[in-house]
Amino acid sequence: MGNSMMRAATSIIEKPPLLAVSLISAAALGYEILLTRMLSIIQWHHFAYMIISVALLGYGAAGAFVMVAENWLLARYRLAFSTAAMLFGISAVCCFLAVQQAGFNPLEILWDPAQPLRLAYIYLLMVVPFFFAALCICLTFSRFPGQEHPVYAADILGAGTGCLGILLALFILMPMAALKLLGLLALAASAIVWRPLPGIGLAFVAGITLLLLPGELRLSEYKDLSSALRIQSARVIDQQSSPLGLLTVVDSPSIPFRHAPGLSLNVSTEIPKQLGVFVDGDGLSPITHFDGRRESLSYLDFLTSALPYHLLQEPTVLVLGASTGSDLLQAYYHRVPRLDAAELNAQMAKLVQERYGDYSGRPYSLPGFKLHIGEARGFVAKSSESWDLIQVALLDAFGASSAGLYSLSENYLYTVEGLREYLRHLKPGGMLALTRWVTLPPRDILKLFATAVAALEQSGASDPGTRLALIRGWKTATLMVKNGSFTADELARLREFCRARSFDIDYLPGDLSAEKARYNLLDQPYFREGALALVGSGWEDFLTRYKFNVAPATDDRPYFFHFFKWQSLPEFIRLKQQGGLPLMEWGYPVLVATLLQATLASVLLILLPLWLAKRKLECGTLKCGQVASYFALLGCSFMFLEIAFIQKFILFLSHPLYAVGVVLCAFLLFAGLGSRYSQRWGNSGQLPFGVVVAIAGIAITYLASLPSLFPLLMGLADWFKIVIALILIAPLAFFMGMPFPLGLAQVRHHTPRLVPWAWGVNACTSVVSAIFATLLAIHLGFNAVVLVGISLYGLALRAFPKTIS
Amino acid sequence: MFRLLISFIIFLATGVYAADELAAKRANLLKEVAFYIAQTAAETGRPVLDAKVATAMARVPRHRFVPADQIHNAYLNRPLPIGYGQTISQPLIVALMTDLLQLKPGDSVLEIGTGSGYQAAVLAELAKSVYSIEIIEPLAMQAAITLKSLGYNVTTKLGDGYYGWPEHGTFDAIMVTAVASHIPPPLIQQLRPGGRMVIPVGAQFMTQYLMFIEKRQDGSIITRQVLPVNFVPLTGRH
Repeated sequence: MGNSMMRAATSIIEKPPLLAVSLISAAALGYEILLTRMLSIIQWHHFAYMIISVALLGYGAAGAFVMVAENWLLARYRLAFSTAAMLFGISAVCCFLAVQQAGFNPLEILWDPAQPLRLAYIYLLMVVPFFFAALCICLTFSRFPGQEHPVYAADILGAGTGCLGILLALFILMPMAALKLLGLLALAASAIVWRPLPGIGLAFVAGITLLLLPGELRLSEYKDLSSALRIQSARVIDQQSSPLGLLTVVDSPSIPFRHAPGLSLNVSTEIPKQLGVFVDGDGLSPITHFDGRRESLSYLDFLTSALPYHLLQEPTVLVLGASTGSDLLQAYYHRVPRLDAAELNAQMAKLVQERYGDYSGRPYSLPGFKLHIGEARGFVAKSSESWDLIQVALLDAFGASSAGLYSLSENYLYTVEGLREYLRHLKPGGMLALTRWVTLPPRDILKLFATAVAALEQSGASDPGTRLALIRGWKTATLMVKNGSFTADELARLREFCRARSFDIDYLPGDLSAEKARYNLLDQPYFREGALALVGSGWEDFLTRYKFNVAPATDDRPYFFHFFKWQSLPEFIRLKQQGGLPLMEWGYPVLVATLLQATLASVLLILLPLWLAKRKLECGTLKCGQVASYFALLGCSFMFLEIAFIQKFILFLSHPLYAVGVVLCAFLLFAGLGSRYSQRWGNSGQLPFGVVVAIAGIAITYLASLPSLFPLLMGLADWFKIVIALILIAPLAFFMGMPFPLGLAQVRHHTPRLVPWAWGVNACTSVVSAIFATLLAIHLGFNAVVLVGISLYGLALRAFPKTIS
Repeated sequence: MFRLLISFIIFLATGVYAADELAAKRANLLKEVAFYIAQTAAETGRPVLDAKVATAMARVPRHRFVPADQIHNAYLNRPLPIGYGQTISQPLIVALMTDLLQLKPGDSVLEIGTGSGYQAAVLAELAKSVYSIEIIEPLAMQAAITLKSLGYNVTTKLGDGYYGWPEHGTFDAIMVTAVASHIPPPLIQQLRPGGRMVIPVGAQFMTQYLMFIEKRQDGSIITRQVLPVNFVPLTGRH
């Protein structure tokens, strides 16, 4: 790059390149959300936590880099910006391709010492694009002092557009195509800034190269879809993308799918042919071929989930999570006259009803059956109807579930509040049926049992033990919760149902001594002991003594699949050679490992460069310690509130991705407005007390009122709920946007050289607290996360950097 | 007494292959396996590793069944990747599953999921005839070659294990190393009265428990879930 060309490039600058800044911000935020999706597809969901800290780490590292090389970079602003933008565009795609090639296998992480290193490698790979994106923004702030407002507005506007834009794009584009589109946006930003022909040409060539790169997602070879496609003649016949998941339909004509989870060993009938539908490459749901002959579905009567049809006469039914319709066919086989089915993913219902309607027999439009597109909890909350039976389908994949891969995912389906809601919609004598995989030693089933007991008690039932029954096959178990006490006749029919199918009874009201396990034996009656303890007076003692966490999940701590207890860890490790590792839900230890990794990486990439440049660190009239603690406290408190409120809105907006998109967008937008508004006060030399009071007041008001407000608004249309979410977040984010620029203005006024350092400290603590917030939520709940966040804002009030007088 | 017994088993098992340069590693592994099996007697109902199983495992060169890049791990008590999303089970699990089948020299065994062929080789050391079906073509081919080159009398085929292998009649034991959502009814039918079936349940690298199925003489079926680890989920009772 010749000097003359550089001079030509830099001489054009007069105003900040706002469009380019917006494009970079949009692409970076879009990339953050898209990475969450793509890693869920090629690996598993818990990497979502990694992405937030990866992105922030990139931003922090860029701040540190700008501080270290500020003069050199600013002298070549345009070239530096467009090069960074181009590298962002290229690395966004290439680093993801490299992540796919890294050979990281989370299932092997505790066996193979190379796996943690591979995890660290992909962590660092993913930082690269965010580093370049942040470099563009950070450089622009530094290059145009006094023009922070329009730059900040462009940055925020772009980020907000990116959040929502990627969600929309995922309805139209496959994830890989969306990734390339983001890469192209960054290249366009590069071309805009470096307008002379060579720059545009280079961006054009890079763009074409990006488009020509391989566009295949490489799934972990251990995912269900990968296994299915290894079978001779199995092929993908359909693929549909949406933010809710990548649906892949597979036909395997030579060796057909035969999905019937936990089918009784007494069955001898054939299972009809099926197509396999995989969500994000996992969790097979079958589209069963149904030609209208009821007898072809007889095998569905040999699942544990068929029990309620033997206890209730022609019940009206609600199926939650109807998916590809197996539970509908089971209901049809049992001559259910009226059925409502709630399914979140419209694409899934469309596949079953329309695209493969002739094959599936259109189960959603069988006589008396009705499909409702919507999230299960939301659908129940807004419905004024009641049913004889509410069936909660078995949705998660056994492999991933048993390996503890869901242990960090929030699940509002199985919380105490959720179960209370279902019970409220049961007719007198109606039943709730929940089917889960059998894990050994028992985890989810006992947790579900404990949750049901808590829900019954909170619903005013004085005798929960008389309303519960638990049966178990060799691979699935079904828990029945009745709105009323079980009758002797029902119990007799339950016994007969189990006898005919070789299922065992683990709990039912009354004397259990005659119900010894006969068919599916265990060395200890773990399920029965647990169930009896949970309905007895010693339930608290049992929860403490049990080596897994089976305490009920709540909306505040919605980690149903989190069974890990620290005190059991030494025993799990000791049992490693005995094959004891599967006992451990290792999603949680991975989260802790990610926290350590993020801390280490943020120290190395953010604080170390700043320390190396410490000669430049002259604190002037400010106390360095105060500057550091103020920005560290803000990093923590902002992330704590943001993450906690994303979670609070998941239930309201029905899906994590919508919640992340909408809440993140709202926080960015209104924090930006708050920041802009606070500039009016100039450098007042303090953080106004009123700002912290407003943040605390609004957050506490929400903690108190959202749980009762959300159910009232749950039934509204999605777009209206998004508007309400934006309105609710607006005042909180508005005030939360003020402390950072006020502090920055103070630092800029007294010691401008400390500005990137303050940014770096803030980014560093944000990285760590993004993960730490989740850990805190698992143990103490999201309300506690909010309260800690508020307290940290209180501390920030005192830590505001003061001049040394 | 128990230690003496283990030492004796290991002596028997390893003496045969003293010349094998990897025999020492294998012997150590077996010692470890036998020790852990004794630890889990309460969970599995198998107080000691059957001497015949130990001998069989001492004979089978596990390193011949793993990919070249995993040979150095072949005698570690851990599952190993063999490609195609499949694993070769942890030796402890192989020992336990084989032990649970209680094979006799005249038995006929069916294996669903040949994988690397290692488990079939161990079975072939103990039974008269072993039939093994693999669904993934490259694995089936590779396993057949390995088994043949080592001289094992295992009949293999590529195909769907769901219907078992009715051409070979009924079996004294069936081992299913890869199971889908349910146990195929034809496999139950092909199990002789008094016969046993073992199925590991869990994700790859993560065997959660073993399903042990027994067909009684009257044709009725019982299953037993066996935890392969010495673990009691409750802390001390009150």
